[in-house]
Amino acid sequence: MIDNFLLLFDYPVLSADLALNGLLIGAVFVLAAFGMALVWGVLNIINIVQGEFVMLGGFVALMAAEAGLPVLLGIPIAALALFILGWGLYRLVIFRVIDRDLFVSVLATFGLSIVLQQLSNELFGADVRTLEAGLGTLLLFDGAVALAQIKVLAFFLALGLGLLLWLFLKYSRLGQAIRATAQNPRAASILGIDTDRVYAATYALNAALCGAAGALVVMAWAIHPYIGLPYTVRSFLIVIVAGIGNIGAVVAAGLGLGAFENVAGFIFGTEYQIALVFLLMVLVLVWRNLRLQRKRMYLK
Amino acid sequence: MGMARRKWTGKAGRAALTAALIWAAFQPGAALAESIRLGSAISLTGKYSTNGDFTQKGYDLAAKAINERGGVEVAGKKYTLEIVYYDDESTPARGAQLAERLIAQDGVQYILGPYSSGLTKAMAPVTEKYGVPMVEANGASVSLFTEGYRYLFAVLSTTEQYLQPVVDLAAKVADDPSRVRVAGAFENDPFSQDVQNGVLADIKRHSMKMVIEDKLPPELNDMSATLAKVRALRPDVLLVSGHARGAALAVRQLSDMRIELPMVGLTHCDSAQIIEKFGEKAEGFLCAAQWAPALKYSDPLFGSAADFARLYEETYGAPPPYQAAESAAAVMVFADAFERAGTLDPKAVRDALAETDMMTFYGPIRFDESGKNVAKPMVLYQVQDGEYKVVYPPEPAEAELRYPMHAR
Repeated sequence: MIDNFLLLFDYPVLSADLALNGLLIGAVFVLAAFGMALVWGVLNIINIVQGEFVMLGGFVALMAAEAGLPVLLGIPIAALALFILGWGLYRLVIFRVIDRDLFVSVLATFGLSIVLQQLSNELFGADVRTLEAGLGTLLLFDGAVALAQIKVLAFFLALGLGLLLWLFLKYSRLGQAIRATAQNPRAASILGIDTDRVYAATYALNAALCGAAGALVVMAWAIHPYIGLPYTVRSFLIVIVAGIGNIGAVVAAGLGLGAFENVAGFIFGTEYQIALVFLLMVLVLVWRNLRLQRKRMYLK
Repeated sequence: MGMARRKWTGKAGRAALTAALIWAAFQPGAALAESIRLGSAISLTGKYSTNGDFTQKGYDLAAKAINERGGVEVAGKKYTLEIVYYDDESTPARGAQLAERLIAQDGVQYILGPYSSGLTKAMAPVTEKYGVPMVEANGASVSLFTEGYRYLFAVLSTTEQYLQPVVDLAAKVADDPSRVRVAGAFENDPFSQDVQNGVLADIKRHSMKMVIEDKLPPELNDMSATLAKVRALRPDVLLVSGHARGAALAVRQLSDMRIELPMVGLTHCDSAQIIEKFGEKAEGFLCAAQWAPALKYSDPLFGSAADFARLYEETYGAPPPYQAAESAAAVMVFADAFERAGTLDPKAVRDALAETDMMTFYGPIRFDESGKNVAKPMVLYQVQDGEYKVVYPPEPAEAELRYPMHAR
């Protein structure tokens, strides 16, 4: 551990390499976390299927490429396919658990995630799959920092989609309806908003974001039917830390998480990576709690 | 009592259906006396389904070949081999249940192993309890052979040997082995930790230096933290064991990060399809395998390793992965033991198994006290010009090692 720490001093540019690679890893988490925040905020559902949407997005991109389409086109295709799937799942399952206890929705989406895992295993096989986008590597600082361009693309896509999402929620008709429903579903429906449609659109939008993330995962890393859980856990964690109503905070928390993971994995050894991520989450929550308490005392 | 009349509780999978049909065929009146029934619970669904399928194909191919040559002769009488299958759904608990069912309800007295160490570990106590011999071909974990099981025999090389040949080759090409610096990234699961232990023992023996020893968490999908270290320390050898995902990530990310090393050894390259997926990027990687069609082993049943590969491809339309080859060898081991035992008593067959000393297309097979095959070495491929070429063991090697790996 100390060796690793010293190594950072011997090769200062390593820290840039680690942090930048980490930011890019975080970008994919950000995409999945956008969706989770949205669904949590609007439908009041903790969506455990998140990681499976990512996984399915990867398989859709893979199938699109195998059908002879340009590899990068797989990203919008995966988003579209998952949008449709998300809509279908809403009509089939999710609408039944919206007004129920949070625990019921966790259970229902957990069940869905198992079903989707097994179905993909049946359909696509259990093998690890990858897809080459053929983009090459971006070299910085005389080649001391090497970033896979597909990850750089993921990074800008995450930022771009974040901005679009923000604009959409703020200015579009549906976006305003989504926000209104999130604030007060009863009032929204009295004022003529078809809340059921809003819910369906929100859930489908979430699935689409995850689908895009999944397409990037298969191009930059690897997927298999059981790869979902880490993405569910990460997006949950990001939303816990960032809160559900703040897109900027989701971006910051997601990218920060990626960078922290990578640097911590380097220094303490990859086996402690996940443990450190959770430790960080606990610390953030404790710190936030303390701050809130202090505020309340101040108000008294 | 026939299975068809019994109430079905679990999932009635494909295999169970087949099993029911086979059972029905052997109801009194059928030619029961003429065949020896082997039982196997393998993963036809669930996460091991791909390899479970290879296992079944290997078993079936060998049973068919043996039966076509007139079957097995025990004490002057000919028997054909029949295999009863169940689907263990890739879960150890189910595997143990099915082993119990095969032995206690279906009356099977010889078991062919499941796929993976985990499932073998779950089933071994059951076969041991009933004194039923199990020959397995897909459980390589060292821990299977430290429990003192007497009825368990494995035809494959155990896990700790997987990457040892890489260390061996590194020592050979180095002027001074003690100056070789080795980096390792091993997944934090029983398989890869066994691999790591085997490698560490060899590294110590050659007094090489281990400069990186990372444990990759099973849920990790990125290796850049480990590879950043590799980039800074430039080891002479990098060893990665993380199943197919580890192999795919290593090939992809080493190339993405523009890291070139003299020697990189992996496990599970073939299941990660590194040549098909990564093309040029996969050049020079060393891949551990249990068996290869290019090896110069042969036997009277299948002929050479290449003959087996040809027959397999004709039958199933794809070249054989080593999982199928070792599975076929397991059936051959049973057939050989039946003939030598001269009786179908499980205890006598067990003793005959322990005495096994045979050559197969898959390699030599001889079991030690603990039941593992100590005669067959691991095989190393190197990706050369877009093809897997055997570079180890030295004798049946088909190509020279390219060192450093990017040299042409």
